[in-house]
Amino acid sequence: MTLLTMIIFPILKMILLLSLPFLFIGVINKVKAKFAGKQGASIFQPYFDFNRLMNKGEVISETSTAIFRVAPVINLACLIVAAMLVTVIHFEGDFILFSYLLALGKFVSVAAAMDTGSSFEGMGASREVSYTSLIEPAFFIIISSICAMNGVYSFASLAHLFWSNNDIMILIALATVFALFLIILIEGSRVPIDDPKTHLELTMIHEVMVLDNSGVDLAFIQYGAALKMMLFTTIITMTIAPLSFVGSVLVALAIAVLIGIIESLCARIRLTHIIEYTFTLIVAALIVMALVLLIMHGGHL
Amino acid sequence: MVMTKTLIFKNNEVINKSEIPVLEFTEFERLITDTHFRVANLFINQEEYKNNMYAVIADDINAQLYIASTIVGNEYPSLTLKRPAVHMFEREIYENYGIRPVGHPFLKPVRVNEGYEFLKSDDLQSHEVAVGPVHAGIIEPGHFRFLCQGERVMHLEIQLGWQHRGVEKMLKNNPNIWLAESISGDTTIGHSSVFARGLEALSGMKVCKRAQTIRKIALEMERMAIHIGDIGAIAGDIAYLMAANVLGVTRTLVINTMLEISGSRFGKGLMRIGGVNFDIDDELKTKITNMLEEVDTRVTEMCDAMFSNATVLSRLENTGLVSTKKAEEIGMVGPAARASGVVVDCRLFGDYKNFVPVSAHNGDVWARAYQRFLEIKQSKAMILDMLEELNGKLETPEIKTDYAPNSMCLTFTEGWRGEICHVIITDKTGAIEQYKIKDPSFHNWFGLALAVRNNQISDFPVCNKSFDLSYCGFDL
Repeated sequence: MTLLTMIIFPILKMILLLSLPFLFIGVINKVKAKFAGKQGASIFQPYFDFNRLMNKGEVISETSTAIFRVAPVINLACLIVAAMLVTVIHFEGDFILFSYLLALGKFVSVAAAMDTGSSFEGMGASREVSYTSLIEPAFFIIISSICAMNGVYSFASLAHLFWSNNDIMILIALATVFALFLIILIEGSRVPIDDPKTHLELTMIHEVMVLDNSGVDLAFIQYGAALKMMLFTTIITMTIAPLSFVGSVLVALAIAVLIGIIESLCARIRLTHIIEYTFTLIVAALIVMALVLLIMHGGHL
Repeated sequence: MVMTKTLIFKNNEVINKSEIPVLEFTEFERLITDTHFRVANLFINQEEYKNNMYAVIADDINAQLYIASTIVGNEYPSLTLKRPAVHMFEREIYENYGIRPVGHPFLKPVRVNEGYEFLKSDDLQSHEVAVGPVHAGIIEPGHFRFLCQGERVMHLEIQLGWQHRGVEKMLKNNPNIWLAESISGDTTIGHSSVFARGLEALSGMKVCKRAQTIRKIALEMERMAIHIGDIGAIAGDIAYLMAANVLGVTRTLVINTMLEISGSRFGKGLMRIGGVNFDIDDELKTKITNMLEEVDTRVTEMCDAMFSNATVLSRLENTGLVSTKKAEEIGMVGPAARASGVVVDCRLFGDYKNFVPVSAHNGDVWARAYQRFLEIKQSKAMILDMLEELNGKLETPEIKTDYAPNSMCLTFTEGWRGEICHVIITDKTGAIEQYKIKDPSFHNWFGLALAVRNNQISDFPVCNKSFDLSYCGFDL
């Protein structure tokens, strides 16, 4: 039993986490197609696309330097290590490492975009940084509040949040899940923040940063973007279904379907309003903090 | 009053060149600068080392057209300073004949770019973003140069001319309906019908009532199809996929009916000089009626949902605003102008019964989208009425090519994008001396440039889509 829960289970989870991101995207696209009354591409299409890109040659701008070359690899490496932190290894302060691994990945991506010297990519980089800068504080407020409550300063403390008898705990869990879901939409560049399907350079946020990338680099970037969404999805599953294996997969699937539905029914919000929108995230984080303080001081609803 | 010295004429009327009054330049200038009526055209006709400059003034509300001319040398004082609406005409004249409007604030050819600079800013905080002429989507080539401060657009300069084909010259040498259909592929009916009417008038051909009605039906169907597609495309740009998909499908119903009428989804081959090539029989009539009802239901349902969706409204409202004053000042035409509250519609000059233009007033992207919705409704009702009127026999007269000599014929029609104007001028022998085309895009590109000022650069695509202008119609 211990062997199963302590070693095999996490490793299986890690393998799933690394292999499923494209399926996640595939499900979103399928849901969108169904909403549009279309047949839609196979849910495995992103895997075929990945394979196609991996076999393609690369075109590298003459004006770019080594940063442009190494950025996709560093970014992906950061994300894979981060994936280990939410599945296999838990230690004190792992969420801090997690957050800064993501930040490092983003830093190199932004640096690479600036490196190309294109006016588009600089624009994309500045947008990406402005709109995702609010994620980090919100994420820290949420996780550290919950950790402080449990006395365990690691992702492990997220478990059992939902399935407790305490009403406030359930409220905390709901606010946490809501905030994490918003993070998925923002980090994953989904509607209503960004439009992953558009070809219009001037409106893009994430896509415009990677206009110069092609071939294997682009494959890595696309895999990285999907993996990042999966990472936060995994954190949600840790909150809702900490032990059940099937449960986590079902939760992930439900999130993908939900994103698909939102993308089908919502228009994208105006770029100037995104900052206001991301403040919802901070609000959710502050609610979590307030509720945690309430619990820690022995309050009841 | 200078207006009294002009010649009043009708749309599609053959005017003898000698009838057109020749004014002193100062009078000619007053004609353009003192009137609040629209300057519908300003062009040069060269005659034995003499540059005749013609101005056409349109009073849309009273459906009245005026023409007068003057003689200019190699340069003349620019009229743009007093009447900004003529700035593009003057630039085009400068490009075609090298006649210099002295004092023009931004004298640059409209299609040629080589050797000319883009507008620059000395402000160190502003930066330039260059887009095109090759774009990510499958669209026509155009170069957009943005002067931005951060995300805010201070100025946009649009450089076109990348696909100049010399259509005017080709049509002069070989007045062929297939060429006219290709002036701008999405306005096939609009341009080909104006072309045919122009030549018919000059050669004195009579077109039967039935053919005239079929032409008008086709024109309204083209308007419906493109407007439906455009609302869908605006929705697509703001990632509102539902409307993008539903309206994309609905547009197909209209163009497939066009296919049944003429064998082409865009109505190519429908027009002929002297009438139309295909009749609408009773079976087709029922098909069109059923299609219209189906399309109307779908469009109404989808647009009701779209225009009441909060996320859509927050994105479209107050984006890309063009005030009524500005739209009038720069001489915008078509649905874009009507969406800004300007009354301009060439159907007022045509033989339409009780035609009243609709307007969405606000002048933002929302208004331009909603304007299209209103016009779809209006066109549907018009087609139903016209189908009722459809009687008599379809006649196909012999094509005559002996045009009235020394004459000029101006034909206006309201294409889906706005006022289309073709000017045909014949010489002493009755041969076509000059063929002049004006697509609505000629005016409206500058409207787009004004619309995006002080907007976010990320809102440019949706502004652009809300105008949906023609590149090749401008480049000619």
